[in-house]
Amino acid sequence: MENSINIKLKVWRQAGPKAKGRFETYELSNISTDSSFLEMFDILNEQLINKGEEPVAFDHDCREGICGMCSLYINGRPHGPDDDVTTCQLHMRKFKDGQTITIEPWRSAGFPVIKDLIVDRTAFDQIIASGGYVSVNTGGIPDANAIPIPKPDADEAMDAASCIGCGACVAACKNGSAMLFVSAKVSQMALLPQGRVEATRRAKNMVAKMDELGFGNCTNTGACEVECPKGISLANIARLNREFLKASLQD
Amino acid sequence: MVKIDAKIPEGPMAQKWENYKANQKLVNPANKRKLDIIVVGTGLAGASAAASFGEMGFNVKVFTIQDSPRRAHSIAAQGGINAAKNYPNDGDSVYRLFYDTVKGGDYRAREANVHRLAEVSNSIIDQCVAQGVPFAREYGGLLDNRSFGGAQVSRTFYAKGQTGQQLLLGAYQALMRQVNAGSVKLYTRNEMVEIVMVDGKARGIISRNLVTGKLERHFGHAVVLATGGYGNTFFLSTNAMGSNGSAAWKAYKKGAMFANPCFAQIHPTCIPVHGEFQSKLTLMSESLRNDGRIWVPKKKEDAEAIRAGKLKPTEIAEEDRDYYLERRYPAFGNLVPRDVASRAAKERCDAGYGVGNTGLAVYLDFKSSIDRLGSDAIKARYGNLFQMYEKIVDDNPYETPMMIYPAIHYTMGGIWVDYELQTSVPGLFSAGEANFSDHGANRLGASALMQGLADGYFVLPYTIQNYLADDIATPRMTTEEKEFEEAEKAAKGHFEKLISIKGNRSVDSIHKELGLVMWDFVGMARNKEGLQEAIEKIQAIKKEFWSNVRIPGSEEDMNIELEKAARLADFIEIGDLMARDALHREESCGGHFREEFQTEEGEALRQDDKFAYSGCWEFKGDDQEPELHKEELKFEVVKLVQRNYK
Repeated sequence: MENSINIKLKVWRQAGPKAKGRFETYELSNISTDSSFLEMFDILNEQLINKGEEPVAFDHDCREGICGMCSLYINGRPHGPDDDVTTCQLHMRKFKDGQTITIEPWRSAGFPVIKDLIVDRTAFDQIIASGGYVSVNTGGIPDANAIPIPKPDADEAMDAASCIGCGACVAACKNGSAMLFVSAKVSQMALLPQGRVEATRRAKNMVAKMDELGFGNCTNTGACEVECPKGISLANIARLNREFLKASLQD
Repeated sequence: MVKIDAKIPEGPMAQKWENYKANQKLVNPANKRKLDIIVVGTGLAGASAAASFGEMGFNVKVFTIQDSPRRAHSIAAQGGINAAKNYPNDGDSVYRLFYDTVKGGDYRAREANVHRLAEVSNSIIDQCVAQGVPFAREYGGLLDNRSFGGAQVSRTFYAKGQTGQQLLLGAYQALMRQVNAGSVKLYTRNEMVEIVMVDGKARGIISRNLVTGKLERHFGHAVVLATGGYGNTFFLSTNAMGSNGSAAWKAYKKGAMFANPCFAQIHPTCIPVHGEFQSKLTLMSESLRNDGRIWVPKKKEDAEAIRAGKLKPTEIAEEDRDYYLERRYPAFGNLVPRDVASRAAKERCDAGYGVGNTGLAVYLDFKSSIDRLGSDAIKARYGNLFQMYEKIVDDNPYETPMMIYPAIHYTMGGIWVDYELQTSVPGLFSAGEANFSDHGANRLGASALMQGLADGYFVLPYTIQNYLADDIATPRMTTEEKEFEEAEKAAKGHFEKLISIKGNRSVDSIHKELGLVMWDFVGMARNKEGLQEAIEKIQAIKKEFWSNVRIPGSEEDMNIELEKAARLADFIEIGDLMARDALHREESCGGHFREEFQTEEGEALRQDDKFAYSGCWEFKGDDQEPELHKEELKFEVVKLVQRNYK
C-alpha cells in the first residue's frame, strides 16, 4: 500500500543573520509518501549528521498545525502546494517521483533570517503587545454568562481568532504587509462586547506598530488569504479599515 | 533527609482555601516593586502566572524556548476546559468536580489541592470570557457545554476543537500587555539550563540564548517552573517536538523531589503509527468520543481481512461489530476515563481484533451521529479535527471510520509541590503539568487546561506572596556573586562535554531507542521483570549516549542538535526514574497498570493499604540510587472504593 518517491531538494543555507546565503542541493531516495514534509526533513538531517555535516535548521514544534512555529517557502508558496495546511501537515503524497523541491525561508523585511530556514518573527509579538488584548487584570470579573453574545458574532470572532501567527500572510504578500494578521486580532476583539470597548484605540495602536516595524501596506491583492493555512478571511481587513477610519475621525 | 510537609491548611475541606487566604502573608504594593520573579515557560500556567504577577506589580522575567510565548504546547489542547458552573443545570457542583477528579485520578491525588482546583474553576471561565476568548455559545447567547470522559455531567467549555489555542492566546495577550507596560521582561528562544541556589534558596537561573548559544545569568527572589511534562521520554508522543523535562530535571538535581514519575497518561484516541520515520503522534480530541463510537470487528476473520486490505470497515454489518466500551462499561460507554479506554483498546488488539495494516488500531465511527444529527452538525463540532485527520491519513472520516490507537499524552507525575505549589527547594515553585499535583494517577479530559490556569491565575498569585513577604528586605543580587559564576561554569561544562563526545550516532537515533524501551516496558502494561529489564536497557542507552552521540557544530552558536542532546541526556535519566517508580509501586492505579495487579475482569487493582501515598524521589548523586519518601494521602472526604464505570 505504501508508496515511496525519490526527490531532489534545493535548500536555502545561511550560517547566520549576516552571512551570505546559498542554495544547496540534496537528493533523497525512498521517501514514503505517507511521511510528512518535516519527517522528510528529519530524514535529510539524519543523513547530513551521519555524513558529519551540519543539519538544516528549521522551525517546527507541535507538528499538528496549531502552534504556528513551522514556516518554509516551498516551490514558491508559503507552507507548500497543499491548501489550508501548515508545512507540518503537508505530506509527501503531494509530490511526484523525481520532482525538484525548492525550499526557502520566509522572505520579508519584517522577518529577518536567523539561520538557514529560521526567521525572526518577534515583530508579531510586538504588534500584539501594542494592543492585541482586552485590558483586564486577573480577578474581579463578572460571571461569564453576564453578557450574552449572539452566536453568529461569537462564531465569527472564533474564525478570526483561529490565526496561528505563522507569518504566511506576510511571506505571501508582495508588499510584506501584516494586515491579515493584525486585522484578525482586531476583528476578533471588535466582534465581542468585552473587546468592543477599546476597539478603535486597539486598531490605531496595532496599525501604528505594524508600520513602525517595517511591514508594508495592503494593496488588496488577496495573496494572504489564499496562502493562510487557517482560512482567515480578507473581510477582517475591511473591518480593520473601518475601525481605523473611526479612530482617525475621532482624532 | 528531606521532610515532607504538604502544608495543608486547617479546617473542613470546603473551607481550607478560604482559611489559607485569610491567614496568609501579603506583600504591599511598594514592596512588590522591589521583588523579582522568574517564570520559566509560557504555556497556560506560565503565561497566566507571569501576567498576573506583572499586573500585581512584581518585576517579572519570563522565559520560553520558542520564538514566541504563543507557541507553547498548551496551544495544541483541543477539547475543552472543565468548570463547575452547572450552567446546564444537570447536577454539577464544586463538590462533584472535586469528587470526579479524585475518583478519576484513582485516589492518588491530594484532596485539598483538588478541592481548591474545583473551587477556582468557575473564576477561570469568567476570566477567559473577559479576555475575549471566543467560547462556543448557544443561540441564546450563553455559553455551551459538552461532556468529557469520567463525568456524567456536561461541564466542559470549548472553542471549537481549539480550546487550548484560545485559552493560551488569552493568557499570552494578557502577558504581552504586561510586556508593553514594562512589568514583564520577555526572553524568547531562551532555555533555562541551571537553577542558581544561594543559602539554600532558589535565587535565579542560568539560561542559554538559543540564537547565540551564549549563557546568561538572571536573578529572581523566587523562581517558578511551568515547563510542562516529560511525555517525550517516549520519543513518540502527542507532545510537541520541543516539549521536554529538562527544567524539572534540573530542579530535581538541586533537591526538589520528583513525585510519581511513573504516572503517565496514555491517550486512547491518537492517529496510529505509520512508519519508522514517524516523528510524533497526533491526538484526536477526546471530545470526539461524545459523538463517535469505538469498535472492532466481532469476528477475528473480519479483522484479518481488514488488515490484509480485503475488507472495508463500512462493509462490516452492524451485528458483527463489537462496541467494546459500550459492552464493558454501559454506564459511561465511550466516555470512560482515558486509562480505561486505552487499556480496553490494547486488550482487543492484543487479542487479535485490531485493524489497520499493523493491527494496532481500533475504529472511531461517526456514522450513527451523522445519521442522527447530519454531517453539518458534526462538521460544526469537529470540522478542524476531521480535516486534520484527512490531511494526515488521506481518508475521509465523514465516510469511513477513523482509526485510532493509544499514545503517550500527558504526565501526571512531576515536581513535588506542597499546597502552596512550592517545591522542596525554598523559593522554587512549580505550576501546570510540570508539577505532580491534582490529577493523581490519571487526569480527566479537559482538566489540564483547568489546572494550568488555576495555578497561574488564582493560586500562585496568592501563595507566592506568602513566601515573598519574608523577602521584602532582600536586595537584588548583581549576578556577579560566586553562586551565579559556579552555576554558569557547571552549565558550560555540561555543554562542552556533550559537544566533545564526537561519536557516530545522531541524537534522534538514540532517542528512538529509548522510546521503544519505554513503550515496550514502561507503557500501557508493566510487570516486574519487564521493568527490571527496562532499567538495565536504559543504563546501556545512557552509556551509549555519553560515548557515541554526535553533535555537529559548536556550543557558541544556534545549535539545534545540541539542544536536543541536552534534553535527551535528561530524558534518559527521567526514563530510569519512571521505571524505578513503576517497579516499586506494586499495584495498578490509573495510568499505571501492573499486570500482576488486576481483577479477574482485567480492571486495575489498587493496594490502598500499602500504596495510598505519593512516591517522592530525592536525588542523591549522579551514581547513587535515588531515595524514596512518602507523602501519605489522607482521605477526609472521599471514600476509597474501586473505580466503577459500569
